[in-house]
Amino acid sequence: MTVSNFPPTDDGEPVSDAIRTEPRRPRRMARVGQTFAMFRNGKSIAGLIILAVFVIAAVFADVIAPYGALEKDFTALKQPPSAQHWLGTTHLGEDVFSQIIYGTRGVLVVGLVAGVLATFVAVVVGVAAGYVRGWRSESLSALTNVFLVIPGLPLIIIVASQYDNPSIVLISAVIAITGWAWGARVLRAQTMSLRNRDFVLAARANGEKLYRIIAVEMLPNLTAIIASSFVGTVTAAVLGLTTLAFIGVIPITNLNWGTILFWAQQNGAFPDFWWWYIPAGLCIAIFGMALSLINFGIDEYVNPRLRSAGERARAMRKKGMSLTSGVTAVRSEPAAKSPSSVEIEEDREPARP
Amino acid sequence: MTTLDFSHVSKRYHVRGSGDLLAVDDVSFSLTSGQTIALVGQSGSGKSTIAKILTQLEHQTSGEVLLDGEAIPRRGPALRRYRQRVRMVFQDPFASLNPYHTIRHHIERPLRLDKVVPKHEVDDEVHRLLERVRLDAAVIDRRPHELSGGQRQRVAIARALASRPELLIADEPVSMLDVSIRLGVLNLLADLQRQSNLGVLYITHDLATARHFSDEIMVMHRGVIVERGPADDVILDPQHPYTRELRSASPDPDKHFAGRSGMDARS
Repeated sequence: MTVSNFPPTDDGEPVSDAIRTEPRRPRRMARVGQTFAMFRNGKSIAGLIILAVFVIAAVFADVIAPYGALEKDFTALKQPPSAQHWLGTTHLGEDVFSQIIYGTRGVLVVGLVAGVLATFVAVVVGVAAGYVRGWRSESLSALTNVFLVIPGLPLIIIVASQYDNPSIVLISAVIAITGWAWGARVLRAQTMSLRNRDFVLAARANGEKLYRIIAVEMLPNLTAIIASSFVGTVTAAVLGLTTLAFIGVIPITNLNWGTILFWAQQNGAFPDFWWWYIPAGLCIAIFGMALSLINFGIDEYVNPRLRSAGERARAMRKKGMSLTSGVTAVRSEPAAKSPSSVEIEEDREPARP
Repeated sequence: MTTLDFSHVSKRYHVRGSGDLLAVDDVSFSLTSGQTIALVGQSGSGKSTIAKILTQLEHQTSGEVLLDGEAIPRRGPALRRYRQRVRMVFQDPFASLNPYHTIRHHIERPLRLDKVVPKHEVDDEVHRLLERVRLDAAVIDRRPHELSGGQRQRVAIARALASRPELLIADEPVSMLDVSIRLGVLNLLADLQRQSNLGVLYITHDLATARHFSDEIMVMHRGVIVERGPADDVILDPQHPYTRELRSASPDPDKHFAGRSGMDARS
């Protein structure tokens, strides 16, 4: 925001010269760029790259995996890693590496479906609870709190054990039911603060319809929180799924990393046959780390105060400013065509959603 | 000729734990197009509540608001027609524009909503409005955070004018701006008022700009209008002790603190 270095116009304010100087990108590109701005930092990008590796593995599992997931080779039982079997084999001669690759599918599908379902419920309940007032808001909030304190895992175990062969969608739905409340709570708080902002009041005073105020004026300002809630739910869903698979609630037909651990545990892999259980455990950890990194990135975008000092300095150097001991950052080289130019750059926080 | 009558309006808020708060107590005034009235008072005196009742963001507890003799409809297309005729400029230009949307969106919305111009002319009208508030057309695809406070307030004024209102409520339109650009924005408002024969309710806590800008001044204190009259009379010859207090609270540029005589200090 540098607007001070232009000759004032007749009524004393530099009206618009500052705006003429640089050509603008096309509107659509700018909008896309802005929507994804929350992912444009080191942590988010690192997380997204790791996530991309898992997605590629899941989508192209048939091409990448050297063997079928349940393809048995009885000549190689419980073999340590070798050239034929990169991560060794199981007690039935199945290739662990291939199982990991195919298992990624189950993890990602359940994570995605549960994440989408839970985020949808969280947005509907949270934004509604934040926008309406009085007893409606209170009752939605109470509902959220009830779901917040329901212990998720036992409930899932009970529901899942009612079915012989619960489908993947059912598992995702149950995980989503226990996982939406946190996001709804955060969204309710944020919506309550948004609904009294002047720009929302202005839209109301202009006579905008309710759905437009929520969908067009408020939701875009909630995207970062919705994204973070989505990522958080996916993490919880993946951890829940692998836990359920590990304790044997989910049938083996749904192959995922938890199932691998389940079989390893059932067949006495611990602790000797490390190649059987360590890769699956590592995958869960790395996947969780990737999602957490994305979330940290979003958090920092929403609240720049969370950035570490070093990062902040780097960000400022990128903008061509030097970090002085004072509170006000000043551009190190004088700005072009400015006679008395000390441009004050506010360390402005990005538009808060 | 449009007349807005605010007659015996009260607004009571329920404050949890501490009973009721009477924010506006039996206030009456009328505003006609072409006229500028300043509503002066300190924070919490009920000025902004009046603005909110006028825009129907809040409903009055008792009393009536009449536009050309008709009560404000509570909902529906009739309410939107009322809102199209009475628009408001908010106090804080940093909060009144949606950070996510471009300037174009802000000015375009009322145009489309009230169907002020046919669809294919919307873009031209946006440019015309920007020109009226003396902003360069290049701001059109910018977002609010790329603009200065004064520029944003001009956008907010353009948005308020988009629906071609007859009355404008300006709720402390310059109090969040730098002193150096206040006059520019106020002069712009005055010009626009003359051009379109707007009726303006100028809400402020600053007696000096109230006198500069308006024909009539109403002084508000704790929900009650304690004094009203032509601007010069109220400023130069205040009757109510609160008005006198307000006047003495604002610094007078003609006087210096240093070297003042004892006579001045006492008067």
